[in-house]
Amino acid sequence: MADATPQARVTIGLSSCGVAAGAADVMGAFEAELGTRSLDVELRRTGCIGMCYNEPIVDVETPELGKLTYGGVEPGQVPRIIEEHIVGGKPVDDLLVRAEGRDLPDESYYSRQVRLVLANAGVIDPESIDEYIAAGGYEALARVLTEMSPDTVVEEIKASGLRGRGGAGFPTGMKWDLAKKQPGDLKYMIVNADEGDPGAFMDRSILEGDPHAVLEGLTIGAYSIGASEGYVYVRAEYPLAVKRLRIAIADSEERGFLGDDILGSGFGFRIHIKEGAGAFVCGEETALIASIEGQRGMPRLRPPYPSVKGLWGKPTNNNNVETYANVPWIIRNGAAAYAAMGTETSKGTKVFALAGKIVRGGLVEVPMGISLREVIYDIGGGVPEGRSFKAVQMGGPSGGCIPEEHIDIRVDYESVTKTGAIMGSGGMVVMDDTTCMVDIARFFLAFTQDESCGKCTFCRVGTKRMLEILERICAGEGREGDIELLEELGQKIVSSSLCGLGQSAPNPVLTTIKYFRDEYEAHISEKRCPALACKALITYEIDPDKCTGCTLCARVCPVSAATGAKREVHTIDKDLCTKCDACRRACKFDAIVVK
Amino acid sequence: MESVSRASEPAADIRDIVDEVVSEVAPGKGALIPVLQGVQSRIGYLPREAMERIARRTGAPAARVFGVATFYSQFRLAPVGKHVIKVCHGTACHVQGAGAVTDAICLELGVEPGGTTDDGKFTVESVACLGCCSLAPVMMIEEDTFGRLTPDEARKIVREYGD
Repeated sequence: MADATPQARVTIGLSSCGVAAGAADVMGAFEAELGTRSLDVELRRTGCIGMCYNEPIVDVETPELGKLTYGGVEPGQVPRIIEEHIVGGKPVDDLLVRAEGRDLPDESYYSRQVRLVLANAGVIDPESIDEYIAAGGYEALARVLTEMSPDTVVEEIKASGLRGRGGAGFPTGMKWDLAKKQPGDLKYMIVNADEGDPGAFMDRSILEGDPHAVLEGLTIGAYSIGASEGYVYVRAEYPLAVKRLRIAIADSEERGFLGDDILGSGFGFRIHIKEGAGAFVCGEETALIASIEGQRGMPRLRPPYPSVKGLWGKPTNNNNVETYANVPWIIRNGAAAYAAMGTETSKGTKVFALAGKIVRGGLVEVPMGISLREVIYDIGGGVPEGRSFKAVQMGGPSGGCIPEEHIDIRVDYESVTKTGAIMGSGGMVVMDDTTCMVDIARFFLAFTQDESCGKCTFCRVGTKRMLEILERICAGEGREGDIELLEELGQKIVSSSLCGLGQSAPNPVLTTIKYFRDEYEAHISEKRCPALACKALITYEIDPDKCTGCTLCARVCPVSAATGAKREVHTIDKDLCTKCDACRRACKFDAIVVK
Repeated sequence: MESVSRASEPAADIRDIVDEVVSEVAPGKGALIPVLQGVQSRIGYLPREAMERIARRTGAPAARVFGVATFYSQFRLAPVGKHVIKVCHGTACHVQGAGAVTDAICLELGVEPGGTTDDGKFTVESVACLGCCSLAPVMMIEEDTFGRLTPDEARKIVREYGD
């Protein structure tokens, strides 16, 4: 039986990132160590704490020291944490990254953030409905069912200014209103948890860290439009999210927050989970609906919009995970409080997945209107290894690369769109001077080409042709007129595609041409890759002044292109070299030069 | 594609697996994808006979079953190795060197991306995004995720995996 306060409360971040970094082993080490001692320590798991660059992360809370956060923890360091901190009462300073009341360097990662959607993630145990309730969970639903009519709920969401967080930013209140106005007894709610943008993991973290917030928001929405069934469409690559959702739904049903007569109100709502099967295009709402129906995920013409005729022909409301996760907060705190944050047209906060060439990458939530510079430099810590910032990619394959000249823009829907990129779902990938922008365009186009459903000729064939041109350019076979051809094709694909995939696939190409035309021209006219990234355009050479003849490069070279006698200057045979980079990584004398 | 022959009775085990999955998955609307997922998780891939049996049991035309199975990248129509190595090629991983990791693994195992080793132990696949972008570059083997990879580390992990 637990007594008043344990001696210590140890919480370990066990979402996919944490587990990938080794947090499960750290948890195992705590279990093993604590098993051999008789200490009163509560050991628990939580979702994504957000400081992904510091994983594995361990929070230790004691009455004396408050909450301390350790980062980069390895299983071997666990006995020290137990001995020095929990027993000895002294923090383990070399592992410490955050401490209440102390202004440690990593504190600036959090000081500009407003964690509203992520309030519970990294704090509560995502598999415990009791912890969710203790944090204010399901208060909003109770209030809605006892005090508010569907009309009032819709008005409140409209007044908050909440816009869809999946990328398009459509006003959520208006969307719910459209479905609400439809006649009929059978309506559906859908959560789009397909999160297909490579480089984006916001929704995964929300689902793994605070699944109930999404379910509560979904149920409130269902009540407002008159839906009786909901589907969470989760991509197949997120097994942990699926697992936590299943637990949350079962617990919710058991407590009466889901079912035929929720909290005795007479309102009934049931949620099912549908797993995706690996198709980026199923993030598009009509393709998603087709997928739930068991068909190929091919988008359909709109109108009619799903609000009018969606899943199985019935009125359907589809929103992104993050959009629903905002709803309980808005109901509990009021639309005015939400609208007080952000800008005139973009209210509230946005969750971003900061990754790439960034010192402090992770999951951050910021008020709309913060500048890109603050996100990248103040929160993210800037670009590592002394390299220089080149661009930040926002919006995934539908988005664009924003260069230095726009680094001071406000992060809101309109400002980002003006640069040629889009807000997107929240993926923010930072690039430095070693990133080739032509290669990035090729990368994204290869992705969308592969994922195109094939229905529309311009998307199906046009993206293929654009990809061929980009591949030629990266292979050193670019021709005069290629840039103009890419622009022309791009514009035509945008205007002739049925769905968002085709309509936005050319964006990465068009924005990189707009801002980095000189790189394209170097590739085409000079057969040169300024970032020294495109293999066909670079050569590896050994600097005779630096080479000591240690033979290390010759030993690691997989194709025997690097050769030489011991203590004599080595050479690289350019005809054999595959530019795998193994020699440069191995050389301890900086003698391998890439040109 | 094998020559088209009359749909014959599938091997007993395939038939039983399909029948079991079909009866387990809640009957009703939109069941085709969960059925395909269930069958693949038991057999490891979707043999032609399994898909034909699914068509018979669900009433969906075989063409539709094949159409759905070939649309979604999760479904495999050929057997894979004992362990599938998924190297993430999402944006962050690409920027952080996923290409070099894939090259190193393919070199180590003597396969092309997408290929299976001769001994059937490994299949190497490039996947779109595993959602662990802060740990880029990342790869998954079965349920194990490995992050912050260097090409040399990736080769070591693969060499020692499953021993």
